[in-house]
Amino acid sequence: MKFVDEYRDPAAARYLLEQIHKLCDAPQRIMEICGGHTHSIVRSGMEQVLPEAIKFVHGPGCPVCVTPIAKIDQAIALARRPRTIIATYGDMVRVPGSSSSLLQEKAKGAHVKIVYSSLDAVRLAVENPDSEVVFFAVGFETTIPANGFSVIRAKQLGLTNFSMLSNHVLVPPVIRAVLDDPGVRIDAFLGPGHVSTIVGSQDYEFIPREYHRPVVISGFEPNDILESLFMILKQRREGRCEVEVQYSRAVTKYGNPRAQDVVKEVFSPVEQEWRGIGAIAESGLSLRKELRAFDAYYKFHDWMPLPRPEEPCECICGEITRGVKEPRECASFGTGCTPERPLGACMVSSEGTCAAYYRYQHVTIQTGGARD
Amino acid sequence: MNRQRLARSRPLAIEDLPDVVQIAQGSGGKLTHQLIETLFVPLFDNPYLKALGDQAILDPSTERMALSTDAFVVKPYIFPGGNIGDLAVNGTVNDLLMGGATPAYLTASFILEEGLPTKELVFIVESMAIAAKKAGVQIVAGDTKVVERGAADGLYITTTGVGFVPKGLQWSPAQIRAGDAVIVSGTVGDHGASVLAHRFGIDFESQIQSDTACLRDVVMAVRDLPGIRCMRDPTRGGLATTVQELSQASGLNLRIRETSMAIQEDVRGICEVLGLDALYLASEGKLVAVVAPEEADECLRIMRTVQESKDAAVIGEVTDDIPGFASLETYIGAVRVLDLLSLEQLPRIC
Amino acid sequence: MCLAVPAEVLDIDGSTALVDMAGVKRRICIDLLDEVHPGDYVLVHVGFALQIIDAQEAQETLELLRACFQEDLHAAAAPSTE
Repeated sequence: MKFVDEYRDPAAARYLLEQIHKLCDAPQRIMEICGGHTHSIVRSGMEQVLPEAIKFVHGPGCPVCVTPIAKIDQAIALARRPRTIIATYGDMVRVPGSSSSLLQEKAKGAHVKIVYSSLDAVRLAVENPDSEVVFFAVGFETTIPANGFSVIRAKQLGLTNFSMLSNHVLVPPVIRAVLDDPGVRIDAFLGPGHVSTIVGSQDYEFIPREYHRPVVISGFEPNDILESLFMILKQRREGRCEVEVQYSRAVTKYGNPRAQDVVKEVFSPVEQEWRGIGAIAESGLSLRKELRAFDAYYKFHDWMPLPRPEEPCECICGEITRGVKEPRECASFGTGCTPERPLGACMVSSEGTCAAYYRYQHVTIQTGGARD
Repeated sequence: MNRQRLARSRPLAIEDLPDVVQIAQGSGGKLTHQLIETLFVPLFDNPYLKALGDQAILDPSTERMALSTDAFVVKPYIFPGGNIGDLAVNGTVNDLLMGGATPAYLTASFILEEGLPTKELVFIVESMAIAAKKAGVQIVAGDTKVVERGAADGLYITTTGVGFVPKGLQWSPAQIRAGDAVIVSGTVGDHGASVLAHRFGIDFESQIQSDTACLRDVVMAVRDLPGIRCMRDPTRGGLATTVQELSQASGLNLRIRETSMAIQEDVRGICEVLGLDALYLASEGKLVAVVAPEEADECLRIMRTVQESKDAAVIGEVTDDIPGFASLETYIGAVRVLDLLSLEQLPRIC
Repeated sequence: MCLAVPAEVLDIDGSTALVDMAGVKRRICIDLLDEVHPGDYVLVHVGFALQIIDAQEAQETLELLRACFQEDLHAAAAPSTE
């Protein structure tokens, strides 16, 4: 696969690892913001072959993990509404709300459709004129333009049976919230590559400027990540602290202005609740007032459940997501909270920190060819 | 009256069947008989079935008998590279073969959904007949039920197979030893990938063909090698699940290498697009063999002479590092545990 | 948040393009981009082209890495012969 295989070359990986080992002379806690990076790191077993001094802190960049329970409950309430089809991405159907999930509702007879594209949700509305199609749309900057475009398209088509339950979140405000935490222990950031194709590298300049942490915007193949780590270490060694782009084949300084225009046309900033973290000002986007006809929250306000208290358990997801604590420090980890029955956000997604730890808790693998 | 007329007219043929499957065809009455006599008996063509008894009475054997059963519910039931019919034959035949058995007889049970186009049913039954012939088995007994429209997804087929295991052959995970080689007979994940897009109702164009195939020739070619410890076909749950099961059953560690495994380009493509892991996608015409190290090369050489395993490769070794767990050596040189999936894979965007 | 794959643009029809993602074809929306041409590689996310992949930049950075890596191999090979 072009532009993928070139970044999985074992020999190049070995070279980069050697360079990283040479450069790494002090402990480094590096937050990879994006869940896609977490996935790649876990899948490749990268932490095993890196110097012990490098520690990844898995950040809040997974929409599954950060969507509040109240929002899931809203989607479930709408799924129970007669003649309603919930269209959503596969990631969301298993996420537990306070008492059910969309997949469980589907088993009970609700119409829940997994879509690949936001425009597939619009097409469902065209094909099912007697049903209301609610597009349960989640995402970060990468997905927001595509999701927003579905509303533009629905409006062009004059659809009255299409609406969006929106949970759109933004990276810079949550990074600020992470960095403003007095307990924060993060030395550098692996910047989210695909978010940056939209917003450009300029969006992260506040991190070195105001918080004095380097950022390297990275691609998603393991060699991309290794090269980015190398670039972070090099910045440290050379006493630099700036935003650099490793993923230069797709990321420019100013991103994709057309996509940014779509976002402005459809959404406006709001205070947003982050599961496990709390409310952050202007960290979310909801549909603009003039598009409320497409906003499922307003369109079906009578169906919306009263919000229940968040995270009733002794879960410490918030601290884990901010990199302050580790999963094993949580009383529920592996007992009350497992991938099959997750309590907290970090166990929900397969790339959540707790889920990743859980998979490996019973095994410690010897590395570097050690034998007894 | 009717019976008389029927008896006198020409024998019924497939063309005389109604266009779509009807409830009455499962009632045990005249239409059921008509279906059996025009479709199953001529196509499966063997004396056991022709007797139309309540049972098939089989000849005795001095060898140990292997018995296996499997229900097939694939969606869509006709997919690129195959259909539920050849899958149902190959699946059960392969399960017999994985124990070293020579497959001999099958039974087939059909649950048909009212409204299933007869043309498709005929096509599927024809595929079963071809697959059975190729596998060297006879379909000696069967059953047909029809359920109301909406109560099934077209059709479901359950096949049960009988085979015979030669004296002295004792393939089992308990035979696996540290140092053994892990061989896979070709690319993995093809079948799972071929039905993915359909399964999720996602609109993709791809040429991915299911690899549904009978493994008889492969197994027969290498069965006499004493170094073969055991075989298993990586169907549901894919290669990762199979090596994990073998690790658990043997109390050892099957360690496979990311760089040694063959996954077809478009199978990888659809996995990248949907965010799935090909190691957990089913193959329906591949096997994993654990072989004593001194015979691995010979086993591989022979396998490569057989069409169904021409791309066979050693993909890993057995170690005693992490007893009871399979592991994957990634191409950056790390080793991670290959766990069983706790949940079904779904397409994802993140 | 970020599953996006590189895809080759095969054919353009108004605001959609037929793309090839390692053998898997699908029509995707190209309205988020100013200009796309057949033969371009784009990053595809949820059925939309997000960005054109800069093939020249990709090649240059890869070559840069390969050059360092070759140099290093030679450097490593030299002292090992002593």
